[in-house]
Amino acid sequence: MLGLDLTFLDAELLRKFVLGGLWFSLQLTLVATLGGIVLGTLLALMRLSGKSALVWPATVYVNTMRSVPLVMVILWFFLLVPLLIGKPIGAELSAVITFVAFEAAYFSEIMRAGIQSIPHGQVFAGQALGMSYGQNMRLVVLPQALRNMLPVLLTQTIILFQDTSLVYAIGAYDLLKGFTTAGKIYGRPEEAYVMAALVYFVICFALSWLVKRLQSRIAIIR
Amino acid sequence: MSWDWQVFLNDDGSGRTYLQWMLEAWRWTLAVAGCSWVVAVLLGAVMGTLRTLPTLPSSNRWNPWLVRLATVWVELFRNIPLLVQVFLWYFVAPKMFPAFQAVPGFVLVVFALGFFTSARLAEQVRAGIQALPKGQRYAGMALGLSTAQTYRYVLLPMAFRIILPPLTSESMNLLKNSSVAFAVSIAELTMFAMQAQEETSRGVEVYLAVTALYALSAFAVNRVFAFIEKKAHVPGFIVAGGTGGH
Repeated sequence: MLGLDLTFLDAELLRKFVLGGLWFSLQLTLVATLGGIVLGTLLALMRLSGKSALVWPATVYVNTMRSVPLVMVILWFFLLVPLLIGKPIGAELSAVITFVAFEAAYFSEIMRAGIQSIPHGQVFAGQALGMSYGQNMRLVVLPQALRNMLPVLLTQTIILFQDTSLVYAIGAYDLLKGFTTAGKIYGRPEEAYVMAALVYFVICFALSWLVKRLQSRIAIIR
Repeated sequence: MSWDWQVFLNDDGSGRTYLQWMLEAWRWTLAVAGCSWVVAVLLGAVMGTLRTLPTLPSSNRWNPWLVRLATVWVELFRNIPLLVQVFLWYFVAPKMFPAFQAVPGFVLVVFALGFFTSARLAEQVRAGIQALPKGQRYAGMALGLSTAQTYRYVLLPMAFRIILPPLTSESMNLLKNSSVAFAVSIAELTMFAMQAQEETSRGVEVYLAVTALYALSAFAVNRVFAFIEKKAHVPGFIVAGGTGGH
C-alpha cells in the first residue's frame, strides 16, 4: 500500500513496545485531569474570592501558564524540578508534575466559567440556610458547576490526551514513543507513525463521540 | 544560583552570538506561525462554510457530499495529535508520495500546523454561521440571491465578526503550537532553547528569554485582533460582552 508495509505488526510487538507506552499515556491523562480539576477549582475559587491577596497570584499563575507553549513548560519543569529538589527525577515523573501544573491553569478557566454560570440566587439560598462558604461551595455551587461544565471538561481531557504526545521533548516513554521505538527496531519508522496516528485517532474519535452523546443527554435533562 | 545574562553575547561556534541565533529563531517561529495561519484561515473558512451548506431536496445535489467531505476533514485533523501529524507530513508523506521529497521541511511543517488548525477554525466558522438567525438565510433567498451570494453578502460577513474572539485565541494557540516544529529540526525558538541550554548550561536564562519572546508574540497577536475587532465592529450588532445586539 503506497510503499508502506504493515506486515511487521503483530501481537508480540504491540505487547512488548506499545502497551507500556499506551498505559503511561492513559495514566498521565487521568492523573493530569483529576489533579488539574482539583487544583484548577482551587485556582478558580481564588480568582473569584475577591481578596486581592488570593486573586493576584492565581491570575498571574493562570495567565502565565496559558501564554507559554506546553513544550516549553515541559522543558522548564524538567530543568527546574531537579534544581529545586537537588536530585534528578525521571522524565515520566517530571511529565506528570508538569501536566498537573499546566492543565490546572486550563481547567481553572473552565471551572471559573462553570461557577459563574450558577445563578446568584443559589448562593444566596445557601447563605440563607446558614451554610458556611465551604458548605455552600461543596454542596450547592460546585456540584452544579461541574455538571454544567462536564462536556467542556471532557473535551479538554481529549485535548490533554493528544498533548501527552509532547513528552517526546524530554524522551518520556508514552504511546508515541512506544510506536517509534518499535519502528526503529524493526526498521519501519514510517509505518510506525501511521499506526500511532491510527491509534490516537480511534481513541480520540471514540471519546469525542461519547462526549457528543453525553452533551445531548445533559441538554435534555436541563 | 546567580544570573549570567552575558551568556547571550557568547559566540555559538559559528560566528554569531546566542542573541543573534535566538532572534533568528524567533523569525523562524513567526514565519512558521504566520504561513500556517494563512493556510489555516483559508482552509478553515472553506471547510466551516461547507459544513453549513443547505441539504434540502431543492439544493444542489452535491451539497450532502460537500458537507460530508468537510466533516471528515475536521474529524481527521483534529483527532490526531499535532506532533504525530508533523511526523506524518515530514517522514511518511515523502515516502508514500515521491513528489513530497522535493518539498522543503519548512513547507511540510506549515502544512501540518495549518491543516491541524484549520480543523479547529472550521468548527468555529460553522458555529459562527449557525449562530446567525435563520431569517438571515431566508432573507437572502427571498431577495433571489444564489447560495453563493447568500454566503458572500449575508452570512459570512456577520459570521466572521462573531468568530473574531475565538479566532483570536486560536491564533494565539497556533503561535504556541508552532513550538512543535522543534521535533523535525526547524530552527525555531524551542529548538534554540533546547540546543542553547545544552551548549551553555545556562538553561534558566535561555528558557526565560525564549518564554518571554513567546509571551510577547502572543500578546502582540492579541492586540492586533483587538484592533481588528474594534475596526470591524458593526454599530448595533453583536456588542462584545454586552446585552444588546440582534
